[in-house]
Amino acid sequence: MKFNYGPSSRLIVVCGHFGSGKTNVSVALALSLKAAGKKVTLIDLDIVNPYFRAADAEELMHKNNIKCINPQFANTNVDVPSLGAEVRSVFLDNDPNSVAIFDVGGDNGAAALGQYKRDFDRLGYDMICVINKYRPLTDTPGAALEDLREIEYYSRLKFTHIVNNSNLGAETDIEIVESSFEFADKTARLADLPLFCDTVVNAAYITELYEKHPERTFFFIDNTTKKLF
Amino acid sequence: MSNKVLMKGNEALAEAAIRNGCIYFFGYPITPQTELAEYMAKRLPKVNGVCLQAESEVAAINMVLGAASSGVRAMTSSSSPGISLKSEGISYMVGSDLPCLICNVQRGGPGLGGIQPAQQDYLQATKANGHGDLHLFVVAPASVQEMVSLVGRAFDVADTYRVPAMILADGALGQMMEPVDFDAALSERRELPEKTWATNGHGGKRKKNIVNSLFINPDELEKSVLERYQRYAKIEENEVLYEETMVEDADIVIVAYGITSRICKSAIEMARAEGIKVGLVRPITLWPYPKAALAKAAETAKHFLVVELNMGQMVDDVKVATNCRRPVSFFGRTGGMLPTAEDVLAEIRKINGGIR
Repeated sequence: MKFNYGPSSRLIVVCGHFGSGKTNVSVALALSLKAAGKKVTLIDLDIVNPYFRAADAEELMHKNNIKCINPQFANTNVDVPSLGAEVRSVFLDNDPNSVAIFDVGGDNGAAALGQYKRDFDRLGYDMICVINKYRPLTDTPGAALEDLREIEYYSRLKFTHIVNNSNLGAETDIEIVESSFEFADKTARLADLPLFCDTVVNAAYITELYEKHPERTFFFIDNTTKKLF
Repeated sequence: MSNKVLMKGNEALAEAAIRNGCIYFFGYPITPQTELAEYMAKRLPKVNGVCLQAESEVAAINMVLGAASSGVRAMTSSSSPGISLKSEGISYMVGSDLPCLICNVQRGGPGLGGIQPAQQDYLQATKANGHGDLHLFVVAPASVQEMVSLVGRAFDVADTYRVPAMILADGALGQMMEPVDFDAALSERRELPEKTWATNGHGGKRKKNIVNSLFINPDELEKSVLERYQRYAKIEENEVLYEETMVEDADIVIVAYGITSRICKSAIEMARAEGIKVGLVRPITLWPYPKAALAKAAETAKHFLVVELNMGQMVDDVKVATNCRRPVSFFGRTGGMLPTAEDVLAEIRKINGGIR
């Protein structure tokens, strides 16, 4: 599958409005970087929502030899927002082939990143803003930008890339994906950031999308968060 | 182009309330319903509404009481332990004949319990969510889209009969994201009575209104309860909602509501593929209960199977509705665990073996 990974730092922060699909994007990114030969660590920094989180994808990650660092008490009886000292270990990893992906809780949950600001500034980072046109509070470029700035404020970091993860869950079809391009391009323009890909939840659409829109980059992401049925 | 948006159940409940004219929200955070209050906090200031995080659940429900007294649409939301705390205020609202909406996004209990989905508050919601003779209008949505349509229905019923209404959801529905179409859900509107009882300022033009649940004189108190029960009778007559799936030829009829009904639908498809005739009666209103639909199903079905995320709280309602004409079995998980469709299928097979 054609995929040009935009960000190039060894520290990648994935953030966005709550429910925008940060965890799915983080997991897909981890898998694709692993496939490209990187040593990948996925860090679940979501201290906001104890229901759907990267920690749920742990089995899949282990199967693919991707290291996971989860909040100390994730999915236990004491699901308190607590981040272990282990998170710091990724800032001490000097291996040029290693990549750490931070899956961060939405909106003010990004404040959890603040404590690592000095490390991020020292080592350099990429920060991806995940956007979804079909989420009501971020359904216009203006609203998406407002949310993006809010996250930057709480995290004390700056976004470097945008991922267009516009989808309607199980009802996503090609038209749903296509009709989000204008929103995504405009949001990226407003934020003055590169849009590095549009995500596609159904692998079957990718060929057709590339035929119709050769100028864009599509990235297949599987829905890995908890399946209820 | 589709008008659909992707929303969490909790957010959809909040947005639906706003679109149904409720711009006064009073709550206290608790997992798994917190997104509802967060959404209100973001949206209500933009529509000149009030979203207030109270100091406790008890304070929040009493703020709803105050707001509703003035005739506006007001709501609160919580999850199981918080609903228990609100019970006193809920009873006061019943006693004061005040409409409002209460959302219970249930989690596992008893006590602090857990944060995962459960249906362990069925009896509390349908039988006695407070002291005194009382009922709430209780609806159990099974999808995010249905959450939206039932919010409008709940407010309308509450306003029509002057009763508190409750959306009885669960952590799974509150947290799951599904596409919703608000325009489709808002199409049905009904005539609502004017709130002549509201304490919204008489301007010297009418007698003052008093909203109160204290009746020291037992004659008066009895009269007020009897009058309320006449309204309850009308609700039972006019407001029952349920969904039937393949009941006509079914040997086994499953009775399940909310998230559990969706798991059961998958199990029914699997059972039908094996040649076992299974159907589903899904109560949408839990009070009033769809007694007639179940009584009718009992004419043809051989066996009922109640599936819930609790220890069998609805079983007696099915037995009463069907007058115990057929055996009623129960299958469920509790404390935050969800059964799989395969688990339900295994129960269906067991019952089917017995029927032969």
